[in-house]
Amino acid sequence: MKTITQQKPFEEIIQFLEREQRVYLIGCGTCATMCQTGGKPEVLEMKGKLEEIGKEVTGWMVISTACDSLTREALEEDIEAVQRADAILVMACAFGVQTVAQYVEKLVYPALNTLLLGHEDSPGHFSRICIQCADCVLAQTGGICPIARCPKNLLNGPCGGSEGGKCEINPDLPCAWHLIIERLTKLGKLDKLEAIVPPKDWSVSFTGSPPPPR
Amino acid sequence: MKAGTSLEKVLESGKFAVTAEVGPPRGTAASVIQRKGELLRPYCDALNVTDNQTAIVRMSSVSGCVLLKQLGVDPVMQMVCRDRNRIAIQSDILGAVALGIGNILCLSGDYQSFGDHPTAKGVFDLDSIQLIQLLSQMRDEKKFLSGENISGEVPLFIGAAENPYADPFEYRVLRLAKKVKAGADFIQTQAIFDVGKFAKWMEMVTERGLDKEVHILAGIIPIRAVGMARYMRDKVPGVSVPDGIVTRMEDAKEAREEGLKISLEIIEQIMDIPGVHGIHIMAVNWEDIVPAIVEKAGLLPRPLI
Repeated sequence: MKTITQQKPFEEIIQFLEREQRVYLIGCGTCATMCQTGGKPEVLEMKGKLEEIGKEVTGWMVISTACDSLTREALEEDIEAVQRADAILVMACAFGVQTVAQYVEKLVYPALNTLLLGHEDSPGHFSRICIQCADCVLAQTGGICPIARCPKNLLNGPCGGSEGGKCEINPDLPCAWHLIIERLTKLGKLDKLEAIVPPKDWSVSFTGSPPPPR
Repeated sequence: MKAGTSLEKVLESGKFAVTAEVGPPRGTAASVIQRKGELLRPYCDALNVTDNQTAIVRMSSVSGCVLLKQLGVDPVMQMVCRDRNRIAIQSDILGAVALGIGNILCLSGDYQSFGDHPTAKGVFDLDSIQLIQLLSQMRDEKKFLSGENISGEVPLFIGAAENPYADPFEYRVLRLAKKVKAGADFIQTQAIFDVGKFAKWMEMVTERGLDKEVHILAGIIPIRAVGMARYMRDKVPGVSVPDGIVTRMEDAKEAREEGLKISLEIIEQIMDIPGVHGIHIMAVNWEDIVPAIVEKAGLLPRPLI
């Protein structure tokens, strides 16, 4: 499991940086390195591209795990170059971007889009496994999550569009309900699906409501 | 009687029901609905008004239903879970009842990426089965989902869709049973072209006795052109058009004549299948053909309720 990220279009990044001449670059040694979106090669490639359009890169680093609080210490180590920059471009997931923002009094820009927490099945192909809804439904669905994997979030699926085990919205996407039914059939437990699953409690979820007080 | 609508009366009296679909306009003209309503009124027991079908913005289903109601037509309000959460759903149901609408068809909804606003956020707070169950609770217990009381009656005749052709085939009947358990009073199926497969599905339905608990109306889509047959075969999720039908349309001199003939043949075969209580004609952009279908299928006159 890792945070799956994808680089934003370079044009969008240039737009953020329109008024920022000096830029410091930060990559992440964990998920973004594994996704090949914010490891050392990608950071150096970004450095080259920014210099090509006339920006000054005051320095760069690949923090071992950008979302960790040790990020503060990592930034201290190159504080002079960080301070000389007008802005910081972070090639990590949104956790990493926000961690950096917490520790540096500079504008921080994301170079990546954070897609999901999940599997990378093959380069560029991801499975969404869990959306952290805080009200786990896996007991009713044979250990396969329809909230994360069915685009319509059906708790009593499948819809009428599933064909050949594939989702109607994308033939590359396996139908979550097909997987659930296949698995429960194999286990001889298809009767588990006879009960109607009631509407979900979204009040506990960060996705459906404001965060509860800490 | 649960809602006392014409559709409910026809079905409960054991007569073979005929319903058809009215697509609302992509604009503000009441006349579009009124014209279709006037045209179809003598030929159908109720008319469905679609709810932003294929996720394309159109006049709301509730408004279309009110326009039909004003003509004396019994409307079926389609409601999808894509565009509203449980608060909006319940509020719209209260309003629909206040406006005299009694039949509601509960649907998940076509995914927003198919429509004209693919960047929209889909809601999907409830699924179609939860929606059916919610409407039964509102009607039978006069309670909101929260458990709080509703003031006034909520007379509803609750419908659902089912697709006999979607996968996994064996599970479809179990899912139908779940819809019946949730409280569905009637079912309008996806379009039937492969009558053999539908008959097999109906056999499974009657084996479980589901036809005694719910009224099943078989979906009919008249084919207007060979391109439409190919498009439905190749592109429309969950629709199954046998190659034989596409070939017939290809070979036909008069495509529309052939399309009408195919529909009539399907209806004739469907009427012989035990447990089928009616047909639902979805003549997308070809509502004008509905009178001919109903008349030639020998389904006139419609019962006076």
